[in-house]
Amino acid sequence: MPQPNAKTDQEAAAPAAVATKPGAIELTINGELFLHTGAPDMPLLWYLRDVLRLTGSKYGCGVGQCGACTVHVEGKAQRSCLLPVSALAGQSITTIEGIGAADDLHAVQQAWMEEDVPQCGYCQAGQIMAAVDLLKRKAQPSDADIAQLTNICRCGTYPRIRKAVRRAAQLLATSTNPAGAKS
Amino acid sequence: MSGINRRQFISVMLSAGGALIVGMRAAGAAFKPTVPIDMLGEPLTSLGAFVRIERNNRIVIGARGCEIGQGVMTSLPMLIAEELDADWARVRVEQLPYGYEIGPDGPTNRYGAQGAGGSTSIPDGWKDLRQVGAVARWLLLEAAAQHWQLPQDRLKTESSHVLHPDGTRMPYAELVERAAAILPPAEAVALKTPEQYRVIGKPARTVDALAIVTGKAAFGIDSYMGGALTAVMLRCPYLDGSVDSIDDSDTRKIAGVRDVFALPGPVLGSSLDTNLAAGVVVLADNTWAALKGRAALKVSWKQGPWAEESSAKLEAQATEALKGAGIAVRVEGDLDKARKAAKRTLEAKYQVPFLAHATMEPPHALIKIEPDRALFIGALQSPSGASRVIADLTGLAREKIEIRMTRAGGGFGRRLKNDYVAEAVMIAKKAGAPVKLMWSRDDDLRHDFYRPFGVHQLTATLDKKNQLTGFGHLCAATPVNYRNAGMKDEAAGIGCLEPDDFPAGLLPNLDKRFFALESGMPRGWWRAPLHTFHAFAVQSFIDEIAVETKQDAVALRLALLGEARELDYKGHGGPKFDTGRLAAVLTRCAEAIDWKRKRSDGRGVGIACHFTFGGYAAHAFEVSVDGRDLRIHRAICVIDVGRVVNPLGVDAMMMGGTIDGISTALNLAITVKEGQVVQGSFGDYAVGRMAQMPHEVEVIQIASEKEPAGAGEMGIPSVAPALANAIYAATTVRVRRLPILPELNRLL
Repeated sequence: MPQPNAKTDQEAAAPAAVATKPGAIELTINGELFLHTGAPDMPLLWYLRDVLRLTGSKYGCGVGQCGACTVHVEGKAQRSCLLPVSALAGQSITTIEGIGAADDLHAVQQAWMEEDVPQCGYCQAGQIMAAVDLLKRKAQPSDADIAQLTNICRCGTYPRIRKAVRRAAQLLATSTNPAGAKS
Repeated sequence: MSGINRRQFISVMLSAGGALIVGMRAAGAAFKPTVPIDMLGEPLTSLGAFVRIERNNRIVIGARGCEIGQGVMTSLPMLIAEELDADWARVRVEQLPYGYEIGPDGPTNRYGAQGAGGSTSIPDGWKDLRQVGAVARWLLLEAAAQHWQLPQDRLKTESSHVLHPDGTRMPYAELVERAAAILPPAEAVALKTPEQYRVIGKPARTVDALAIVTGKAAFGIDSYMGGALTAVMLRCPYLDGSVDSIDDSDTRKIAGVRDVFALPGPVLGSSLDTNLAAGVVVLADNTWAALKGRAALKVSWKQGPWAEESSAKLEAQATEALKGAGIAVRVEGDLDKARKAAKRTLEAKYQVPFLAHATMEPPHALIKIEPDRALFIGALQSPSGASRVIADLTGLAREKIEIRMTRAGGGFGRRLKNDYVAEAVMIAKKAGAPVKLMWSRDDDLRHDFYRPFGVHQLTATLDKKNQLTGFGHLCAATPVNYRNAGMKDEAAGIGCLEPDDFPAGLLPNLDKRFFALESGMPRGWWRAPLHTFHAFAVQSFIDEIAVETKQDAVALRLALLGEARELDYKGHGGPKFDTGRLAAVLTRCAEAIDWKRKRSDGRGVGIACHFTFGGYAAHAFEVSVDGRDLRIHRAICVIDVGRVVNPLGVDAMMMGGTIDGISTALNLAITVKEGQVVQGSFGDYAVGRMAQMPHEVEVIQIASEKEPAGAGEMGIPSVAPALANAIYAATTVRVRRLPILPELNRLL
């Protein structure tokens, strides 16, 4: 059942209250509950971008190859361009906007800044979401583990991504109150 | 003082003759330039078009360039901050829009050069943006001099403060109101000497990094507008083909689809800069509805004039063309005579494929057209070109067209073409509504302006001492001059064969000729355009000569370069080419890879060097080939771009250029079959991923006092030949055709 405080597509786009529709899809995004009332087969990426205007997740290929659209679904990295909203009913999604704030960065975001990783920056949200996921699975990733990151960066920032993942692993290991505990 | 006078601002521009003019204009008098909200603030806090000082002494600097990942949003404001003596740690940078306006002397750009191409942003900014900072600082000093009743020369500046001789520090913010009312000096202000630099030459991180890592940075695709419809287009897959018939009945049934209509392609044979292909437009409420609508279209196409074109036929055409006389690009001495007199003649043919740009952010355009004005928001490399395209297609005067450049998800030359801007304008006019045009990845790969395809036939003549006496470079390629109004009078070889490239001018007999191939494939500028394939052919061939004549490949190059001197270089990046600077990066690179050490563990080392757009680069790789698995153990890039403005940025460009070079050389080719582009995804156009890449690129920057060159393109041309040469050293297999991996697998 839709919860009374959840936002429909129309409310998310414009705050005016709209009566909830039967068949609406309920999903939690960055801790907030939403009701999707549009096309159920709309991929999560377009729901995030065109409906919620959460534009941090990027379109790069639309077929799950490049990873620019990577988000976390129930805490695991997924490529949102291929995930229909209908398959996500009741699930919890975290996007780049939800893993850390400007004044409370996730360790991976912090490391990304310290290593000055971004060039054009377009793929970086996806890269960061993939790296957060990797570090949850492997606290001290090996070279081979890092090489399993398959997100494409057309600018060629891979060597700095490598360094930033290692730095983030250190930050997470030494932090007493890790920001990385989030997500 | 009247309000208008108080709002005087300085504009700095280059006159037609190149002289620096620091002018004064009254805002709001003759024209109303577009100023971004963040640059507005209170009128009393602005010092010219680029600088604003907030009450809390934070300095806001406008970034005029198109940020495509090359770092101009950081490096160009650094030039202003340096001469302004601003505290860089507290500077905030804001993107400026396109600055076209009608001044007293006709059309001008209030911000100067804004395009991104040819690695010119830093050389251009070096000429005028330092003066912007220096004039603003002069005004603040003058304001302090008036306040303290002291001559200017007794005052100093430091970290956004003016210093009184007694040590009192006054923040710029307390002086800016008075400074804004002072007339700037008529003459150019003296600039700092290098030992006074506090910003230039110091590593600075990307100013937008926080916005990028938190997902807040706005790219073109992140722009939305109330009332805008989303457009996607099904473009004709046949080169210069057209729409025959459309069945849109299923498309129109899809919820959210608003309209479907055909859009004509460009007029065949025209040199107009316009849209690229005919097709069918789907207009919808959102991207997903538009994409679903497009997938449901049933369209039949007229195949057009190139339906028979294929990569195989182009190769055959090149072979045939090379038998002709071609167009002489640079011919000296007599290569035929040298061939007859030679003890030995070596020949080799190299082939390079078409390449797509594959920017991570595909083309996108958001446009709103009204009867008397237009607004464009998106990622560009040539805002002036976009402005002309919009003016041509709408009939609006250019000063009525507002262009807001966003960060671009990559450029690599793709956005020097404004076909997607033209498309969006055509669609918006037909739709009668603002339009957000989206391109999908397959649109992008199948409808690009590709790096030219070419076959390069190289010849070397050698005397009995194995000295080079002659060098021939025949290039049969699809000219880059393709439907570009600005290029219609250019030589056919431009963008394919550079007359003065190494080793021109270094041996007595030279024969460089161009052979134009006919093709329907659109061509354009791709990062370090001709240099990528030029360097591959020449630097591979030099390595072959060294192997064949049992000479050291570094020593051979150094002997050719000879003593350090400047040679004429007419192409972009000239007017001079310094043989000593190329020799220096090569020598340093050889040392860094330990060139002389014999490898016995199956590893091979390869090296190459090249001059691109005023920058000198050398690459060396240490590789091994195990079965079909190529491993890059070490990657070294040595670079001399003159004085370095942002060392961290130059390091990023060289690292990125090297990785881009590896990815492209190993994997990438666009091919054509039956008049259609074959590749359509990252599956068949496999941009390199982490696992294929060296863990590190060791970048070495040569300290230099020379005028700064740019850095966006120099890091790529010497990659492919150094890699192919390393593979030869490891395997004795010579790769003469790009991309490397399929060719290596064929040869092994």
